[in-house]
Amino acid sequence: MNLSIAAVAHSYGDLRTIERLDLAVEPQGVVGLVGPSGCGKSTLLELICGLLEPSAGTIAVGGAESANERLAGCAYMPQRDQLLPWYSAIDNAGLALRNRGQSRAQARESAAALFERFGLAGFEASAPQDLSGGMRQRVAFLRTLVSGKPVLALDEPFAALDAITRGEMQEWLAAALRTDPRTVVLVTHDVEEALYLADRVAVLSARPARIVAELRAPHPRAADRDAAITDPAFVAVREEALRALHGGSR
Amino acid sequence: MKRWLYPALLIGLLIGLWQLASSTGFLAEVLDVEEFLVPSPAEIASSLWENRSLLAENAWVTLREIVFGFACAVAIGLAFAVAMHLSETVRLAAYPLVVASQTIPILVLAPILAIWFGYGVVPKLAIIALVCFFPITIATLDGLRSVDPAAVKLMRTLDASRWQIFQRVEVPTALPSFFSGAKIAAAIAPIGAVFAEWAGSSEGLGRLILLDNGQYQVARMFASVLVLSAIAIVLYSLLALAERRVVTWR
Repeated sequence: MNLSIAAVAHSYGDLRTIERLDLAVEPQGVVGLVGPSGCGKSTLLELICGLLEPSAGTIAVGGAESANERLAGCAYMPQRDQLLPWYSAIDNAGLALRNRGQSRAQARESAAALFERFGLAGFEASAPQDLSGGMRQRVAFLRTLVSGKPVLALDEPFAALDAITRGEMQEWLAAALRTDPRTVVLVTHDVEEALYLADRVAVLSARPARIVAELRAPHPRAADRDAAITDPAFVAVREEALRALHGGSR
Repeated sequence: MKRWLYPALLIGLLIGLWQLASSTGFLAEVLDVEEFLVPSPAEIASSLWENRSLLAENAWVTLREIVFGFACAVAIGLAFAVAMHLSETVRLAAYPLVVASQTIPILVLAPILAIWFGYGVVPKLAIIALVCFFPITIATLDGLRSVDPAAVKLMRTLDASRWQIFQRVEVPTALPSFFSGAKIAAAIAPIGAVFAEWAGSSEGLGRLILLDNGQYQVARMFASVLVLSAIAIVLYSLLALAERRVVTWR
């Protein structure tokens, strides 16, 4: 399912967060959004998901423009994992199915297959608070996958993790998207993460956010992450992105 | 172990001091009253044993008042908290009224209720419910309002209805607060019961205390107070136990 953002602006009262922003994501394409903190990246994701309405412009998810239709087409993964501590890992992952009226057993059955496939087998019954940070993010990501929605909106999914775990999780997410491709908008402040995971990276300016550069990633979601991110082509694009990022915040 | 040992040692020490001070006549001398008006712990214990059937009979009456009054308070408190949470109109309209209900002096209200409803159980339930519903309402409402807005957003993108957000996020979030309110209510319920019985009754521990007061049966008054405390402690402990069984994620 494709996503198109045309001339979108948004403000909270007098605070202009986004200014005339255009962005198109092809079906099963992954677009990374990087920008200085507080530039309105998260607001943009909430706009895409239909949690907010733009002050101007249109956002269409698979051609549908209303907030409710966007809400139906997008799955949102928040910065903090937001796993509900009163549900087990597998029940958290199956929340969308439960909300759609499936029984607990049905939801567990659907989620269990993904637990197996994504290296979480054996942790189905664990309480979220007993899982490590990386595991919790995996469960949170599975929760968005299980929802079955075509568009995934990921808001700094690995920001809370240490550098080593973050690298592992990026590889894990790359593998997950190779086997189960979706249309993804990935917000991050980590240029390297964006360039490794996304096909294209849009660099945003400081608030009010607009796109100051769009770069094509040389090796999106390569199986060998270390080789991909040390490749000269990758390093060159990363430099370009960083320069755009710093220019944009001045 | 220390959880039981330390309070037991402190209570033991205090009872020992009391025993010493009253059996030597020291307390009576200091207070400048007859010695039989200052019973020692040993005398209170023997009064407790000698009057066991009388105390049990009256405790049964008061216990029933407390349990049913408390149950009414839980029902009313939850109903108020949920209604005030779900509707801003109800919250704005009812909040001052709920607070005002606690400014009514029970000592004045109890006799009026006794005049209207007689010596039966109804005015007792009304008084106990009136003093107990307030902490339950306020604590539960605070709990419901402390829900993380990010969790609500997440649930919306997972296709949750208003009712499902209430059931799966708001209610579990509010449970610990509800138990806090209910435990406070359980501790003050016996006070409400005593006031209610003083205003007009033919049986119950409060009534017995009133009679004993007129006849200088000080040892038995203390024995009645002990039984009342025991009722409150048991009720409180049952709630703490229920909380541990229900709120497993803390």
